[in-house]
Amino acid sequence: MKRWLGSAVALIGLSMLSPAAAQTAVKPAIVYSTGGKFDKSFNEGVSAGAEQFKKETSIPVAEFEPSNETQFEQALRRFAQRGQDPIVAVGFSQAVALEKVAKEFPNVRFTIIDSVVNLPNVQSVVFKEQEGSFLVGVLAALASKSGKIGFVGGMDIPLVRRFQCGFEQGIKYANPNAELITNMTGTTPAAWNDPGRGAELAKGQFDRGVDVVYAAAGSTGIGILQAAKDRGKLGIGVDSNQNHLHPGTMLTSMLKRVDLATYNSFKTAQTGQWKGGMQVLGLKEAGVDWALDKDNEKLVTPEMKARVEAAKADIVSGKIVVHDYMSNNSCKP
Amino acid sequence: MDEVFSFVFLMLASTLRVATPLVLCAMGGLFSEKGGIVDVGLEGKMLMAAFFAAATASVTGSAWAGVAAAVLAAEALALLHGLACITYRGNQVVSGVAINIVAAGLTIVLGAAWFARGGQTPPLVGDERLLPLFLPGAGDNVLVYAALLSVPVTWWIIARTRFGLRLRAVGEMPLAVDAAGLSVAWLRYRAVLLCGLLAGLAGAYLSIGQNAGFSRDMTAGQGFIALAAIIFGKWRPWPAFGACLVFGLLDAIAIRLQGVRLPGVGEVPVQLVQAMPYLLAMFLLAGFIGRAVAPRAAGVPYVKEH
Repeated sequence: MKRWLGSAVALIGLSMLSPAAAQTAVKPAIVYSTGGKFDKSFNEGVSAGAEQFKKETSIPVAEFEPSNETQFEQALRRFAQRGQDPIVAVGFSQAVALEKVAKEFPNVRFTIIDSVVNLPNVQSVVFKEQEGSFLVGVLAALASKSGKIGFVGGMDIPLVRRFQCGFEQGIKYANPNAELITNMTGTTPAAWNDPGRGAELAKGQFDRGVDVVYAAAGSTGIGILQAAKDRGKLGIGVDSNQNHLHPGTMLTSMLKRVDLATYNSFKTAQTGQWKGGMQVLGLKEAGVDWALDKDNEKLVTPEMKARVEAAKADIVSGKIVVHDYMSNNSCKP
Repeated sequence: MDEVFSFVFLMLASTLRVATPLVLCAMGGLFSEKGGIVDVGLEGKMLMAAFFAAATASVTGSAWAGVAAAVLAAEALALLHGLACITYRGNQVVSGVAINIVAAGLTIVLGAAWFARGGQTPPLVGDERLLPLFLPGAGDNVLVYAALLSVPVTWWIIARTRFGLRLRAVGEMPLAVDAAGLSVAWLRYRAVLLCGLLAGLAGAYLSIGQNAGFSRDMTAGQGFIALAAIIFGKWRPWPAFGACLVFGLLDAIAIRLQGVRLPGVGEVPVQLVQAMPYLLAMFLLAGFIGRAVAPRAAGVPYVKEH
């Protein structure tokens, strides 16, 4: 009996020392935004981060794809009630719903991407999209032959204007004479999901002489990039690496590492290092970047690459300061 | 001068691209409504057709198989509508709304089950799409010409053929048609099937002509705009065609006006530009169209007296 007790104590002691003990059981969950999990862009980036976590830990991740904005609150609450923790809310439009639900469940950890909710149990992850957009702007200006560059945004909100403003600054940095033509798909959330209109807007820009177009519009971007391919123009993707969509006509993609944000939220929760508060991820933190892979390497000459990398180094070191549209709701500092 | 010409050409091309699904749908709706069957389900038929066109084209690799599947899918819904409204004398508006709801849900469910892309179909490439015939820049695929052709054909059938005369009669006074020894039900079924054919082509245009794949709710209310065009056109093919072109033109202008600085006004706000088509539609509807008279028996199920 005594020996048995002894070995039991030893076992408990061992298990407390082993690294496995540091890992708490987590039941992660994701509520996607209305663009849908497979938008080949923003949401799909989040899903990639979740897949990586699943592969490494074989912990299942619960997911919900809302079909409209009214479902956010319901979905978040249901996940919290079921004991899911941490819960990742994708997209700025979930902020209001999340704030409400996070107050009701102070012991559940939430992560919101693209917006800020000031509660102790909420981790807010925002990106310096203007810095990544600056880089693809430099690239666009260098690749454009006509000196006319297009931007098609999704819903007309300050966040999308931030992409546009950073892009414009990058263009002017590389070619002060270049002209930027801007279109927004719409003023309602449906603007994230309207590839037909996106294509029509892009064609309108091509007709006005544009030869490089930057699509910052969620699922609508699929139509924009398709239109670029149909007309033999260059397209720039957004959020996740979209170069594979049309190899040969995709100049690059502005990467927003939402996959990293998602993965980190789950992983830190598992290891007990999860912290609330705000995270701002820019070039310096490798939260945004530009994409170079086999699908676009032929379009990016060594000189272009050198110019972009130089701009990147200058932004990281603080030599170039990219103005943030959302700091004063204007593209002028 | 050259610039003006190219601007006009580009606006025209853009107008036609946007108006094509509206025209096909409006002509389809005309047949149905002329025959006395109100069709609120144009939107649903078009959506279902768009889905089956993209799904079939993606699996078989042939755009034409996609078009065939689109027409079959729309015809299936048209028959359902016919069964509910003609054979069982149900409420035509309710049946149409039900078709819209079924199409919106079923396309996403089937898409998610078959392709696991959240309701989208895989992107279509090369021969899986209908490509422009003559002007690569203008996007003039075969269905654009089909839409243009559908207007005189619709006019000719309705105004000049024996079938058209009987169709109009069945929409105005089915009792007289019945008294003349013709089958009201069979005439109305033919009207509904013609409507399905054209709505199917409109759906195919959306997913494998204009776009390269299906995405959920991609019709975005165009079926209802086609319905509005029929009313604007007072149930006549050419005026309805004109209304479709006006809607297309307004959309094309809205797209071109965005972000352009007008002399004296400055940059026009996006919101105002996008509200333009709707504002103008209300303006026209309120003052300029005059009274629009629907076929007298539209929406009324025909009950044979014993």
